[in-house]
Amino acid sequence: MKLIIAVIRPEQLSDVLEALFRAEVRGLTISRVQGHGGEMEHVENYRGTTVKMALSEKVRLEIAVSEPFVRPAIDAIIEAARTGEVGDGKIMVLPIESIYRIRTGESDRDAVTPVPS
Amino acid sequence: MNHADIAWVLVSTALVLLMTPALGFFYGGMVRSKNALNTLMMSFVSLGVVGVVWALGGYSLAFAGGHALVGDLSFVLLRGVGLEAQGTVPHLLFMAFQGTFAIITAALISGAVVERMRFSAYLAFITIWMLAVYAPVAHWVWGGGFLAADGALDFAGGTVVHVNAAAAAVVAARVVGPRKDYGRHAILPHNVPFTLLGAGLLWFGWFGFNAGSALAANELAVLAFVNTWLAPAAALVMWTLIDLVRGGRVTAIGGATAIVVGLVAITPAAGFVGPLSALAIGALAVGPCYAALILRARTTLDDSLDVAAAHGLGGATGAVLTGVFADAAWSGGTNGLLFGNPSQVMVQMYGVIIVLAYSAICTFVILRLIGLVVPLRAGGRQEGVGLDVTEHGEEAYTGGDGAILVSPDVAARAAAAVRVPLHEGGRL
Repeated sequence: MKLIIAVIRPEQLSDVLEALFRAEVRGLTISRVQGHGGEMEHVENYRGTTVKMALSEKVRLEIAVSEPFVRPAIDAIIEAARTGEVGDGKIMVLPIESIYRIRTGESDRDAVTPVPS
Repeated sequence: MNHADIAWVLVSTALVLLMTPALGFFYGGMVRSKNALNTLMMSFVSLGVVGVVWALGGYSLAFAGGHALVGDLSFVLLRGVGLEAQGTVPHLLFMAFQGTFAIITAALISGAVVERMRFSAYLAFITIWMLAVYAPVAHWVWGGGFLAADGALDFAGGTVVHVNAAAAAVVAARVVGPRKDYGRHAILPHNVPFTLLGAGLLWFGWFGFNAGSALAANELAVLAFVNTWLAPAAALVMWTLIDLVRGGRVTAIGGATAIVVGLVAITPAAGFVGPLSALAIGALAVGPCYAALILRARTTLDDSLDVAAAHGLGGATGAVLTGVFADAAWSGGTNGLLFGNPSQVMVQMYGVIIVLAYSAICTFVILRLIGLVVPLRAGGRQEGVGLDVTEHGEEAYTGGDGAILVSPDVAARAAAAVRVPLHEGGRL
């Protein structure tokens, strides 16, 4: 089991979700975050105040998957989130010690396998 | 001159001016948050650009005597537009009142091109469109041109304002092209309360638009005022019922749209029909608009905020229904189909079709010409990031986190001058 953390551009989120669903990765959490990844800061202007926005809006996805889904999930994200410019984001893959599904108490692999609905 | 009339037209002018910011909020709520400022600014900037263009030359082309097709240049730079009487109010006031109509008509078109049109191209467009399309059309109907001579009834601008803007909107949506996410991803309104607020303020301002078009504080203004109250009410009820029957849930965006549809539909009829007819017009306009909204979303025409469905069909339906419900017993003027004058419906349709065709063709030519000089739309990257940042260098909703002052020397001097102890004095 792995925890995939991806930080992507917000405007790519719909594409990424679509790609993940196509790869049958259906359980995820997203949050709106701000980050900096070496991209050019854009300049904003409010009356006399000129500022460089050092932090850009990003979306962070957290996806817990069993081994067979690790590679497909990564491929889906890379393909859908890439624009080719600096600031496309990162994917981090971390090992998971254990996972529990709250509703049933199932653990580990069973906990990340979707229930047929 | 009559001072009561002057007072009412003064107030009406301010009311109609308020409709343009209201439209900005109505539209601004319906786009994504990354385009909120851009959409609001498309309306707000019309207050500047069109106001100036109107005073410098637009008013003259629309209202200076002359020809059946277009006004002449005798009022350019407001020459001869002074405090002398025009009807029962000063000429200068009449010019300002009409100017507020021109401003909102240009702003209406923006609903079809939000979230992708370049702001500079939009500025050029509304400037030229005002002179080449709005002014002549206003002349045809109100300035003594050929549609007025034919007897077309348009009390407050159903054809001049709404059909005209909607025809331009459809063409602009086509020429500028759909948003890159259109039809691929759901594009949801980011602030529905803004849209409701905008609809409410539009209704308020519309009392000036319709009842002010009587250009006097008289019985006709009362009739137009009450009709402006009743028609949107009927439209709102009708929309609510359709929502209930179709899905069991009454939508807020639908309610806001219904109010606008009712207002648009009663605009040409406001001073020509009785109050019960106003209820009927409001209710009847909902059918075609509701259907058009649903069908339009299934086409490739990205008329993003449905200018055509709400204003085009609402305006056209209202114009034709004016020919049906016009009642000389109320207005002292022309009768419509229901009161023994069936030919009026044909005159009304003729007016709508002429304006539609002229506006559509001119808009196409103007946009193509501007497109030769500046690109009409923002690039794909800019569209992705959102036009607030790329076109305006601002964000509608920012916490200011991570913002670095660009002139650090000023920041240093300011910090030295203030000397606020950052970590002292406060007890937590």
